[in-house]
Amino acid sequence: MAKTSDLDVAYVAKLARLNLSDGETELFQKQLGDVLKYAEKLREVDVSNVDAAAHALPIFNVFREDAPRDWFTAQQALSNAPRQANGLFIVTKVLE
Amino acid sequence: MTGKDLPTLNIADLQSLLRDREVSPGEVLEALRARIQAVDGEIDAYLSLDFEAAAKEAEKANVDLPLGGVPIAIKDIINVAGQPCSCASKILRGYRAPYDATVIRKLRAAGAIPFGKTNMDEFAMGSSTENSAIKLTRNPWDLSRVPGGSSGGSAAAVAANEAFGALGTETGGSIRQPAALSGVVGLKPTYGRVSRFGVVAFASSLDQVGPLTKTVRDSALIMNAIAGHDRQETTSLNEPVPDYTAQLGKDLRGFRLGLAKEYMIEGTDPQVKTAINAAVKHMNSLGAEIVDVSLPHTDYATAVYYILATAEASANLARFDGVRYGYRAENPKDLLDFYGRTRGEGFGLEVKRRIILGTYVLSSGYYDAYYLRAQKVRELVRQDFAKAFEKVDALISPTSPVPAFKFGERTADPLQMYLADIFTSPANLAGICGISVPCGFVEVDGHRLPIGLQLLGKALDEARILQIAHGYEQSTDWHKARPSITAEKETAKKKE
Repeated sequence: MAKTSDLDVAYVAKLARLNLSDGETELFQKQLGDVLKYAEKLREVDVSNVDAAAHALPIFNVFREDAPRDWFTAQQALSNAPRQANGLFIVTKVLE
Repeated sequence: MTGKDLPTLNIADLQSLLRDREVSPGEVLEALRARIQAVDGEIDAYLSLDFEAAAKEAEKANVDLPLGGVPIAIKDIINVAGQPCSCASKILRGYRAPYDATVIRKLRAAGAIPFGKTNMDEFAMGSSTENSAIKLTRNPWDLSRVPGGSSGGSAAAVAANEAFGALGTETGGSIRQPAALSGVVGLKPTYGRVSRFGVVAFASSLDQVGPLTKTVRDSALIMNAIAGHDRQETTSLNEPVPDYTAQLGKDLRGFRLGLAKEYMIEGTDPQVKTAINAAVKHMNSLGAEIVDVSLPHTDYATAVYYILATAEASANLARFDGVRYGYRAENPKDLLDFYGRTRGEGFGLEVKRRIILGTYVLSSGYYDAYYLRAQKVRELVRQDFAKAFEKVDALISPTSPVPAFKFGERTADPLQMYLADIFTSPANLAGICGISVPCGFVEVDGHRLPIGLQLLGKALDEARILQIAHGYEQSTDWHKARPSITAEKETAKKKE
């Protein structure tokens, strides 16, 4: 298991698209360091012959017919939009 | 029964009055509204109320339906069409649900009336409801203490007779733990038993919806309405739904109850220990056989839980990007600034903390060491339970190692807060069902604080744990005790 000192909160925040203040970064560096240290106890467990549990109960592929059915109108889908125009979500410019 | 006393009723007793036409659904709703007005200033259980819409539904309510005319409070993480669904987060301020979650559709089909949304830890991340970005909810037994969490608003509302029953959700104990700390009944169904469609996702492989109620029978009544297969949710179990009230009242002779030594840990409050030991003896006197069992991987469950739950949360919360709904940062200079500031300004401290941890354990180079290893240990936790249930019908333990704690007591150290889930999160990892029922009180500073007894059952065995919990409850008086709230005392004084 990786060493807890590997955690670089500022870098991970970039991956998560989550701006943190300097204070938050410093606080999380310490607190999450403690949590990861606590999690190190998992290294004691022999998992060499264990399959990873993806689900608590066996659930297999669930399919449905590929058929259209009623769902939101465009107006309903836009009902909580921070900005909209002409039936579209308006976002900041992606390409110059 | 005067209007003032109506809110003290449990659902089953309320239904008898409604069906005998002693009261109308409109009168019930009005009595509840008055009660909330009188005491919610003290408790702050609710984030929003919509009595106008509810009154219209009460007018046409069919009281002969299973929950006909019964108002039910809803945790603010479940979409109720036309009502806010803030998850107690700034990032969803102003959001109004455009549709009903499946559980709400089912409650309505059973005649129940959703009328208000309850407070919670932001995005259900917490064990005290202190992480709500909107307000603190106080424990009705002692206003200086937390109601538990994350479904703290639902638990406090039921305890303070501000709700006949409520829906909560849990990922690691967020129904059972606040039920224990607030002195009500809380049921976590088997993973997949109740649809998650329309419930804002925290950790999708762990989340479940369940009832918080005054009695075990009420819990069964709500389960009858909300359990069942949903084709809109791929992890929904396609298994028949029994009548959860059918086994209630049958005696407990011959049941085998397991006592896991790993659940009798250092750090459990001595008064909690004493109450649990007394409950075990009591179960024994009702005819249940007590069997020692072992769940050897219990000590690893909290670590497994916080790796998996934060990993899943970091993925689920990626949808809050300011594009389609919710908060959006002003004047971003580019797209990265748009995402980074929207999320940085919109999420609270605990949510950010968990997104960082979850992103880290899933990131390249750490996935195998943390996430994959945790998934493997999760399988061992699941196997522990499977082995135990070969020997026993249910497991018995405290729900929480401690009674309700003071505001701020655990917020400084996240790890201490995370350990509040120590007896509850293993059941979420294993996908099994569990219930918390009141089993006594701790005396602290002149206040009586409730203690919860947890019963865990194997997957899809809700009917059996409800039967055992009901047998215990009905042979004790713990569930009859209700907190006396300051506002009530003051009103009473004024009348004198």
